[in-house]
Amino acid sequence: MDSLRDERGMDASRTLLAGAGQLPPPVRRIAPAAPPTIVTPPPNGNGRVPAGLAAPALKRLPRPDAPAIERMRTEALTIAYGEKLAVNAVSLEVRQGEVLALIGPSGCGKTTLLRSLNRLVDLTPTAVRGGRILLDGEDVDGFDVTHLRRRVGMLFQQPNPFPMSIFDNVAYGLRERGSKKPSRRALEPAVTEALHRAGLFEEVKDNLEHPALALSGGQQQRLCIARSLAVRPEVLLLDEPCSALDPISTATIEETIVALRSEVAIVIVTHNLQQAQRVADHVAFMYLGDLIEYGEVEQVFSAPLAERTREYVSGGFG
Amino acid sequence: MSAHAQSRGPAGLLSRVRGGDSWSIGDRIGLASAWAAGILLCLIAAAIVLYMLYRGFQYLSLELIFSHPEAGLDQSKSGGFLDPLQGTLALTVIATLIAAPVGVGIAVWLTEYGRPSGLARAVESGVEIVAGTPSIVLAIFGLLVFQQGFLSFLSYEATPGVAFGRSFFVAGMIMSLIALPLIVGAAREALHSIPRHVREASYALGKDRISTIRRVLLPASRRGIGTGVALGMGRIVGDTAIVVVLLGATLQNDPHGGIPGLSFLQGTGSTLTTYVYNNSPVGEGGSPEKAYAAAFVLLLIVIALNFVVDLITRGRGPSWTR
Repeated sequence: MDSLRDERGMDASRTLLAGAGQLPPPVRRIAPAAPPTIVTPPPNGNGRVPAGLAAPALKRLPRPDAPAIERMRTEALTIAYGEKLAVNAVSLEVRQGEVLALIGPSGCGKTTLLRSLNRLVDLTPTAVRGGRILLDGEDVDGFDVTHLRRRVGMLFQQPNPFPMSIFDNVAYGLRERGSKKPSRRALEPAVTEALHRAGLFEEVKDNLEHPALALSGGQQQRLCIARSLAVRPEVLLLDEPCSALDPISTATIEETIVALRSEVAIVIVTHNLQQAQRVADHVAFMYLGDLIEYGEVEQVFSAPLAERTREYVSGGFG
Repeated sequence: MSAHAQSRGPAGLLSRVRGGDSWSIGDRIGLASAWAAGILLCLIAAAIVLYMLYRGFQYLSLELIFSHPEAGLDQSKSGGFLDPLQGTLALTVIATLIAAPVGVGIAVWLTEYGRPSGLARAVESGVEIVAGTPSIVLAIFGLLVFQQGFLSFLSYEATPGVAFGRSFFVAGMIMSLIALPLIVGAAREALHSIPRHVREASYALGKDRISTIRRVLLPASRRGIGTGVALGMGRIVGDTAIVVVLLGATLQNDPHGGIPGLSFLQGTGSTLTTYVYNNSPVGEGGSPEKAYAAAFVLLLIVIALNFVVDLITRGRGPSWTR
């Protein structure tokens, strides 16, 4: 405590202002330990970046080939919160065997669009929806909502395991209400498999009974993936799943996402354009509720058709 | 450096109370009074506990705890306080068994449903009004209600068509109103502190509201609910007015009717609080020494409940990022 106080330069200010009879509030001063690292400009000096330092090529995670099958589609989907239009007549396809990334600046409606796919938007009292959302050709409004949400799983921005053991978290979606309670033994294969698919099993296999909230943030998020996968969803919605995580956990989760795409149709909302490039096959760029551009990831990032998209992916705004 | 090096130890404390470095005189006075008030409170608490400890150990004996109170002006003949102790425990259990589920139910309804919002606001003010009503008023109201003839099964029929209106049942029901606001408040706070995305994660797995509440929200608010229940029990243990009006504050527990157990609950009795009151110098003043001993036991029960609250709230509950 004392050493910290000493750094505040109390004595220095005290001597400086002793004559004035009053002391300024303590100010914390930090002395830099090393000079700052500054990148020197290339020596050829004409403002051009030398060939070796050119923008790195698009980095994509290696991915297995998978046939793309359409699972979900929105037709002129429009969502408003009261008077405010959040999503404006968006038509999109979600395919199994692909990862679809929704990108765009904050407030562009991408999260609202994502949350409408499992009708989580319905929980907002002011939300109204127009247009159609189809799952395997059937309107989602015709489904029992709990049944729909078992087929369309979701992962949230913040890891949110439930306050129970790791095993119970993964088994949560499998356990039914009412009298027919599947035994632990009956649930075990499904739980183990879900943990394997989420790439978490090796880390937690010895302490499945430990509380899930004691895991690290990255492990918690993978546990949430396992929890979603345990109910065998056909579509998985990811709402900025890595924004609260460190780079290593992010890399693990991205690998998991890419590995899953052959079995599950995946939609990911992300603010991180590099992440979209790494994991996505198709990209939809939204701006102020409108779908501005939809295309393959290479095309959207290197040769965008719309001016807005070009500005956004090149960092013009965000 | 010098001022801060001093800040450990009494000299530093003094210099802080005097105002540290550049404090205005008003701030110094404020700080000094805050210190003084804090220390005074500690002294008062210590005085209560130490005095009761001294008196308690002086007069308390196992015989007092295990013998029935008897009528008698002489302290050597007036028995112990087994009945009031049983009464305190029974009343606390009855009132808690009513207040805990009802309170948690109200809290869940307010935070998770809360519609129509007008009704929710009315319930909120209702809980606040009950919290603010003096227990003697609740007791008089209880007497009014439970003396209705058709409610005589909760006590017993005094005269045909009129219920006696005093029993463990009746006192427990009204007593539950004292604990209810504390339980509702603590449970609501606990439920509010669970971020929305945790609920949505459960819905997103195809669970409905009821199973989300039962399997996720209530387990996650266990600490808050436990704290509220323990605090509410403390209030029940300490209340006197309701016992005087609705339990009779009789010398001994006085069962009515022939069914064992039920007759106890239909009958009248007393608790430690009324025992202390009746035996203290301000009451009938029969046995001040026994009043001290009983007050000491009462204090021990309350301190034990506070300790339980501490145990519950210690450590970390489930924590999520919002």
